[in-house]
Amino acid sequence: MDIFRYIAKRYTLIIDSDIFYSFRRSPVTVVAAVITVTYILGTIFAPWIAPHNSYDLTSLSLLDAFLPPAWIEGGTTNFLLGTDDQGRGILSTIIWGSRLSLGVGFAAVIFSGILGTALGLISGSAGGRVDAFIMRVAEVQLTFPAILIALLVDGVSRGLMNVYEAEAMAIYVVIFSIGVSFWPQYARTVRASTVVEMEKSYVEAAQVAGRHPAVIMVRHVLPNVMGPVLVITTINLALAIILEATLSFLGVGIPPTEPSLGTMIRIGNDYLFSGEWWITVFPGAALAVLVLAVNLLGDWMRDAFNPKLR
Amino acid sequence: MLAFIIRRILQSIVVMLMVALLSFTLFRYVGDPVVSMVGRDTTFEERAALRETLGLNDPIVVQFGRFVKNASMGDFGISYEQRRPVIDLIAERAPATLELSFVSGLFALVVGVFMGVYSGLHKDGFLSKLFQSVSLVGISLPPFLIGILLIYLFAVILGWLPSMGRGEVRQLGFWSTGFLSFSGLISLILPAITLGLFQMTLIMRLVRSEMLEVMRTDYIKFARARGLTNRAVNFGHALKNTLVPVITVTGLQLGQIIAYSIITETVFQWPGMGYLFLQAVQRVDLPVMGAYLVLVALIFVVINLIVDFLYYVVDPRLRMEGGAVS
Repeated sequence: MDIFRYIAKRYTLIIDSDIFYSFRRSPVTVVAAVITVTYILGTIFAPWIAPHNSYDLTSLSLLDAFLPPAWIEGGTTNFLLGTDDQGRGILSTIIWGSRLSLGVGFAAVIFSGILGTALGLISGSAGGRVDAFIMRVAEVQLTFPAILIALLVDGVSRGLMNVYEAEAMAIYVVIFSIGVSFWPQYARTVRASTVVEMEKSYVEAAQVAGRHPAVIMVRHVLPNVMGPVLVITTINLALAIILEATLSFLGVGIPPTEPSLGTMIRIGNDYLFSGEWWITVFPGAALAVLVLAVNLLGDWMRDAFNPKLR
Repeated sequence: MLAFIIRRILQSIVVMLMVALLSFTLFRYVGDPVVSMVGRDTTFEERAALRETLGLNDPIVVQFGRFVKNASMGDFGISYEQRRPVIDLIAERAPATLELSFVSGLFALVVGVFMGVYSGLHKDGFLSKLFQSVSLVGISLPPFLIGILLIYLFAVILGWLPSMGRGEVRQLGFWSTGFLSFSGLISLILPAITLGLFQMTLIMRLVRSEMLEVMRTDYIKFARARGLTNRAVNFGHALKNTLVPVITVTGLQLGQIIAYSIITETVFQWPGMGYLFLQAVQRVDLPVMGAYLVLVALIFVVINLIVDFLYYVVDPRLRMEGGAVS
């Protein structure tokens, strides 16, 4: 019984909190949250939801290529939103592609979050030359747009691998390059909060108690600097999804054998002039709605969690 | 003032050296430059000779020094892919990118300031709400998607505007310009809008919030009390005081525009530097990648410097503080 009481107590805590109040008060945010959750659920359950498995090359038939959406003459209800040049159903590929886009986005922001937070903690607590060096590198990198850094990292990884490895590792290369291009923002924010936290007496107490500096950083300081990190992560998720789509569109991201949303748009772009608009337009709309929803959530989080930020 | 300038210039040089080091490392350590340059049937002796003439056996510091010296004179080596000096390739394509960036920067500034002033003055007007929604969409849609949609609408369905290339280009000495022909000018429209849209929304939001802030101040109320015309108050007093952050942001965004032209140039098959860089990334053409990196860094650093000085010139308060310090 205790566990139920515990859950009930937690539940009322959440329902009564300021954060949830501000969430309920903003219908736009609720809609954005619903859409985002729908996407996430859709990507988790993609194998069961999607009518076809677009990544299973044996199930594709070139005879099905370039079918228009079902409501246009020549379309079939088998492929509701039509098919692309390989005979993949657009609807199924959007579901599978969103899975890739969201997955890469999440992985990239988590990677850059860990990297940036760690460097920020080190920078803020070590001070001196280490601090100056890390912050200088972050500053220099921040002057360049993320897309340039990501392209550069991508190009370098291609130089270090042969063609087959590059194909197989493409997803990880994309995650890595997006992650590397986002770390300075985390590092700077975390460093700023860490410097403030280091002055506080609980850190001093822990030091006097003889705890290892690394333990102090992770167990004591880290929880106190996590707030802004979560906000940045949400905002960066939208940016990471856009960046992945852009890299894939430019042809240096996810390969066309397992298309992400960006890769689909790239494929469709070649056929736009011959009238097969659905290959581009539906994935584009799916991408835009996803990014818009995540952006709105991020905006709301920034205001709700940290009124000082804006 | 002088101390400030010198400090900023020194900082910029440090940044450039860091970028040069990165570019050098790319060229020297990602893959073997000799293997990338020679054909498959080159003998071992020829390779060793090439290694010696390229100076790849020298100490690494000497090599880096030589790289910086050559780069500062515009020599970035030979493209692996096209077998031509990198600097020639870039010089050929720079005008296309710079013209496009200039036009989209201008578009972003003019339209952005206009929309920002309007929605700052008429906070709850219908058009302001419309501008706000458009700006949200403009930020959420990836630039390449905007480009594709514009092409589909204006080039494929309506057939009004060209969808790719620069149109007719005239040569003015080394500079190839699309400004002097009709087809060149209309070819600029779609890519310039695509490239400048994000910056336009940024400037609009900035001007709007600055205007809202300024309109609340006492000197605006006083100006109204003096019976000045709306135009004099809005533009002479209010807009003028919003310009400092706008100048900074526009300046810094100009660098972003040049870098983001990679995407726009790919969508519109615009023969510029960004397209060159993307091809270099796809084919691992390291000298081109390194040279583009150094060049873009140079543009960024110079713009940053200019913006800093402009800031100084535009805002008298900063000059006072700076003067007191130095």
